[in-house]
Amino acid sequence: MDKKKQIEKKDISKAYSKYADRFTPKPKYFKNIIKAFVIGGALCAAAMWLENKFIASGNSQEDASAYVVIILIMAAQLLTGLGVFDTIAKHAGAGVIVPITGFANSMVAPALEYKKEGVVLGVGGKLFSLAGPVLVCGITSSILVGLIYLMLDKLGIG
Amino acid sequence: MGRKRQTIFFENKPYISSAYSIGGKKEGDGPLRKWFDMCLNDDTFGEKTWEKAESKMLKTAMTEALRRGGRSVEEAGAMLSGDLLNQLMSSSFMARDMHIPFLGMYGACSTMTESLILGSVLVDGRYSDDVVIGASSHYCTAERQFRMPLEHGNQRPPSAQWTATAAGAMLLSSCGRGEAAEAIDDGSYIELRDVRVEAGTIGKVIDAGVKDANQMGSAMTPAAVDTLLNHMEDTGRDLDHYDLILTGDLGFIGKDIMRDLLEGAGLNKADIETRYDDCGTMIYESQQDVHSGGSGCGCSASTFAGYVYKKMRRGELDRVLIMSTGALLSTISPFQGESIPGIAHAVSLVSE
Amino acid sequence: MDYVWAFIVGGAICVVGQILMDATKLTTPRVLVILVLSGVILQALQIYQPIVDLAGTGARVPLPGFGYNLAKGAIEGVPQGLLGVITGGVKAAAGGISIAIGWGYLMALIFNPKSVR
Repeated sequence: MDKKKQIEKKDISKAYSKYADRFTPKPKYFKNIIKAFVIGGALCAAAMWLENKFIASGNSQEDASAYVVIILIMAAQLLTGLGVFDTIAKHAGAGVIVPITGFANSMVAPALEYKKEGVVLGVGGKLFSLAGPVLVCGITSSILVGLIYLMLDKLGIG
Repeated sequence: MGRKRQTIFFENKPYISSAYSIGGKKEGDGPLRKWFDMCLNDDTFGEKTWEKAESKMLKTAMTEALRRGGRSVEEAGAMLSGDLLNQLMSSSFMARDMHIPFLGMYGACSTMTESLILGSVLVDGRYSDDVVIGASSHYCTAERQFRMPLEHGNQRPPSAQWTATAAGAMLLSSCGRGEAAEAIDDGSYIELRDVRVEAGTIGKVIDAGVKDANQMGSAMTPAAVDTLLNHMEDTGRDLDHYDLILTGDLGFIGKDIMRDLLEGAGLNKADIETRYDDCGTMIYESQQDVHSGGSGCGCSASTFAGYVYKKMRRGELDRVLIMSTGALLSTISPFQGESIPGIAHAVSLVSE
Repeated sequence: MDYVWAFIVGGAICVVGQILMDATKLTTPRVLVILVLSGVILQALQIYQPIVDLAGTGARVPLPGFGYNLAKGAIEGVPQGLLGVITGGVKAAAGGISIAIGWGYLMALIFNPKSVR
C-alpha cells in the first residue's frame, strides 16, 4: 500500500515537472555552445603561444607547460579577487570554467566570501569547499589507476 | 464537522498604523524605487559583514515603523520577525538591541505574511496593543548560504531568481494612531485612510516534487494556488472581491503557472489578468538581468510595506489580498535528494 | 597548424562542459569533477595521450588535462613501485596545485567580495 502511494506521488511530481517545464524558458543552447567553443578555444591557443615562448627561451616542454598552468591560475585568481571573473564567466560560460581557470576561481571565490569567519578556518577551510571534491576525485582515481598499472606490471602483463 | 477552515477572521480588525520599507541598491534601480522609504547606496550599509548589514536594515525598518506610528520602544508589546539565515541570525541579532519581547519566525520567503497573521492574532485577541512585525533578506547573505559564493564564475539558468536585498516592517495596533495626512509632490496634502487586517488564511505545506533549487517559482506555486482557493472557499468570495491579489516571489515562471492553474480551477480569466500580480516580477526591471524575477523574504516584505501599504493609505486600493510564498528547503535537503516543499499564507487587507 | 588543433580541441572540450551544465541540472563543481575524472580514465585507457600529442595546450589546459596529468604521473611512477604510484600523480601536478593554494590564499586575504554589479 505504502509503495503504491509512493509510486503515485512520484508520478504526480513527474507530471508537474513536465507541466512546469512548459513555462520555463530554455537556456540558449546554441549561443552558449558557440561562446564556450570560441572563448575556450582561444584561451587554449593563447596558452599554446605562451608555452612556445617559454620553450623558445630555453625551457623544456614540461617546464614550459607547468609555467603556463601557473600563469593561468594566477591570472584567474587575480581576476576573481578583483571581482571580474564572475562577470566574464557569466558570458563565457564553460569557455573559462572548464579550463584550469575555472578550478582556480572555485578555490578563491568561497575563501574570499568567508574572510570574516577568520583566516584559518574561514579562508583556509573554504579554499577547498568547492575545489576539494575535484582534488579528492582526481588524486584518488589517479592513485587507483597507478595501482592497477602496478599490478599489471607485477603480473607481467603491462 | 465539515472541512476544517484555514481562515481566521479578525473581529477587531487590527490597524496597520505605520510601515517602513528598505530596498538595496539594485532594488533602488528598479521600478518600485519611489515606493520604498529608503534605498541603500551601498549594500554593506556601512557594516563589516553582509549579515550585520541585513540585521541593520531590519532594525532600521522596525525602529522607523515604530517612530512613524508614534510609539516608543517600551510601548511595543511584541516583535515578530524572520529572515532566511540559519538560526534567524539577522532577526535575533536585531532583537538583541531592541529590548522588545521577541518571537522569531521562519517561513522561508513567506515570513512576512506569517508574522502579519500571528501579529494580528496577538492584537485582535487583546494580548497586546502594539505589535511590530517584519522580515528581511539580503542577496549576499542568502546567496552564500543557499547557492554559490558571489565571485564564483557560473551561469545562472533562466529559471533562477534573484534574492532581493530588502526589508519591510509594519506596526499593528488596536487603534489607528498613525500619520493622518501626507504631502504629495505638488505640495498639497492628501488625507490618508486606515489600513486594517481583516482576515488571514494559514497555508498548508504542499510539495509538488520539484527538486531543482533553481526552480523555486514552480515549486511554490501549488501552495499558493491551494491557499488562494481555500481562502476563496472559506470566505465565499470571488477574485473580483479584491482590487489586487499579490503573491510573494513566484517570479515570471511561477506567475505564468499560477495564472494557468487558476484558470484551470475555473476562475474568471479576465479577473486573473487584471487583478493578479507577483512581487517577484514587480521589484526588478527585466533588463536588470534577474532571470525569473526577485525572491526572498524582503521581496514581498518591502513590496507590501512600501507599494501596497502606501497605495492603500492613499485610497488607490480598497481591498488587497497579499500572499507571501515560501520554499521550505534547507541548505542540506537538496543534497539528500529531497524535493522542495512550498507554503503560502494569505492576508486580506482593507482600507477604510 | 598546432594552434588550430589547440583551438578546436580546447573549444570542443569546453562545449562538452557547457552542454553538461545547460542540459543536465548538474552544478558547476560536479561538472568539474566529471571532467577531471574523465581525464584520468581516458589517460588510464591511453586514449588521452594521442589527443595531447595532437592538440598540446588544447588538451592540457582544460580540466580533463589536469586529470590526464595526475594519471600520467601515477603511471610513470610504476617503475618506482608503490611509493612511485602514490607520489607520482600529485608530483606531476604539483606546480598547479601549489600555486592554486598559495596564490589563492593570498588573493583571498587581499581582496573582498563585491556585491551586486
